[in-house]
Amino acid sequence: MEQPAYQNPLRTGAIRPAELLPWLAAGSGFFLFPDYLQLGAQILIMVLFAMSLDMILGYAGIVSLGHAALFGTGAYTAGILSAHVGWSEPLSGLVIAGLVAGVVGFVCGAVILYTRGLTLLMLTLAVTILLQELANEQEHWTGGDDGLQGVVMEPLFGVFEFDLYGQTAYLYALAVLFVMFLAARAIVNSSFGQSLRGIRENERRMHAIGCPVYRQMLRAYTIAAVMAGVAGALLAQTTEFVALDVLSFERSGDVMIMLILGGTGRLYGAFIGAPLYMILQDQLAKLSPEYWLFGIGALLVATILYAPEGMLGLTERLRAWATREDS
Amino acid sequence: MSVPENKAPDAAPVKALGLTGVHAGYGRTVVLEDIDLALDDGERVSIIGRNGVGKTTLLGTVLGYTTLHSGRIELAGRDISDARTYDRVRAGLGLVPQEREVFPSLSVYENLAVARRAGGWTFEQVYELFPQLGSRTTHKGNQLSGGEQQMLAIARALVGNPAVLLMDEPTEGLAPVIIEQLVEAMHTLRAQEGLTIILVEQHTGIALEFSDRTVVMNRGRIVYDGPSAALAADEPLLNSLVGVAGDEA
Repeated sequence: MEQPAYQNPLRTGAIRPAELLPWLAAGSGFFLFPDYLQLGAQILIMVLFAMSLDMILGYAGIVSLGHAALFGTGAYTAGILSAHVGWSEPLSGLVIAGLVAGVVGFVCGAVILYTRGLTLLMLTLAVTILLQELANEQEHWTGGDDGLQGVVMEPLFGVFEFDLYGQTAYLYALAVLFVMFLAARAIVNSSFGQSLRGIRENERRMHAIGCPVYRQMLRAYTIAAVMAGVAGALLAQTTEFVALDVLSFERSGDVMIMLILGGTGRLYGAFIGAPLYMILQDQLAKLSPEYWLFGIGALLVATILYAPEGMLGLTERLRAWATREDS
Repeated sequence: MSVPENKAPDAAPVKALGLTGVHAGYGRTVVLEDIDLALDDGERVSIIGRNGVGKTTLLGTVLGYTTLHSGRIELAGRDISDARTYDRVRAGLGLVPQEREVFPSLSVYENLAVARRAGGWTFEQVYELFPQLGSRTTHKGNQLSGGEQQMLAIARALVGNPAVLLMDEPTEGLAPVIIEQLVEAMHTLRAQEGLTIILVEQHTGIALEFSDRTVVMNRGRIVYDGPSAALAADEPLLNSLVGVAGDEA
């Protein structure tokens, strides 16, 4: 039956079967790779971090080299809450960290989103460097270069201890990722999400159809900041440690590479790019501890040359090609 | 085709759009000089002229794309000279841009949805005006033909329910058969009570037929502002102003 014209025929709330695949993979990973659950939890956290970058880069077209600023803010907030304030309840810590990162994102975004292009790129980078230096300087609170130690988390719901094998960490990260994904999915499929994609494609045109572009971009930046902050807090809580590199340029670069590998503007790109990058990093580092980055670099070059829309885009192109061949 | 009625037929006439002593351009470069133009509520005006005389710049100035050096722009009596583009649009302007500028990765539906604002025009009505769009709601902007993209650009402006619609060369680069369809749709729009339209058009014949009043521009100035019929009937004058005969379209 044909959809009524006033409904969005492409983007309904219904879950497509293919959308279940990453969740089935993530769920089965818990049983199939019990020795790698710590790594698995970190992959899930990076998926969430990459998804937050996708909100601004993939949907609103805001290129940022400083997304780690928001990730690090969340990580340090959760870490400091536990190590210095004694607030070790994980879920409330997660919420507070997300809110703090959201406030930082809102304030930074309110300034930097007045700019575009290279200026914007440099400002995002500058924010990260400033925050990293601030964290380094505030050694009493952050542990400086040695990292923040003394983070101890209470059992989740008062029952599930964060164990050495990473079982609780994995399931906790998976559950948080799922909730954040549902929220992100609802956002990108809403009229707000449509307007973000319009801004990405033609900002001037969006002005001319009455869209308050700056406000929409700031909203997107703040939402992405909350998501990145939650991801950072998850890392702090599940590893019970916050290193200074949570605010590093390298982390911002890593997450961008993950997203480019997976594919931007799709949400699920993060689900492919982050595991691909981290598993490859893990395996390549075993093969060659000194030159593992060469492998990542080669993959990135190949992706940009032959799959500029990422692995997900390549899959879609192959599927479209196969469909054409069949018909 | 039914068209929505925004105003009661006996509403008191008001100036829908007014430009007074407008000098505008790009940065410090002045393109428009001393433009005075006033449109009554529901009036249709065609703007013609040779390439590069400032027609598109005039529409851009109304919309706030250019630098306004002096003068005043009013929309329904409200001074919008310093308003931002999106505020002007929210106050009642709508633009069909010269290059169509549909969003390529958004579907037809989504292209309309991002521009939708409450008012007389609904999705059903624009699909009725352009049936091709109604059968391609899931197609992305870059999967449409040039004619369909133009229809989408017009439909997108309409679902924003503007009081003043600015159309910048809607027939540019289209095949004659598509132009015929578009002109038919534009004449349907003309029947909408209360919708003020400015049509910038290269095809002089289409422009003169579309509106009762025509403005001719030359070198950034208005050199003719009068009845379309009189201009169409005076071929030497038309030729001297725009360099073509009125039936070129």
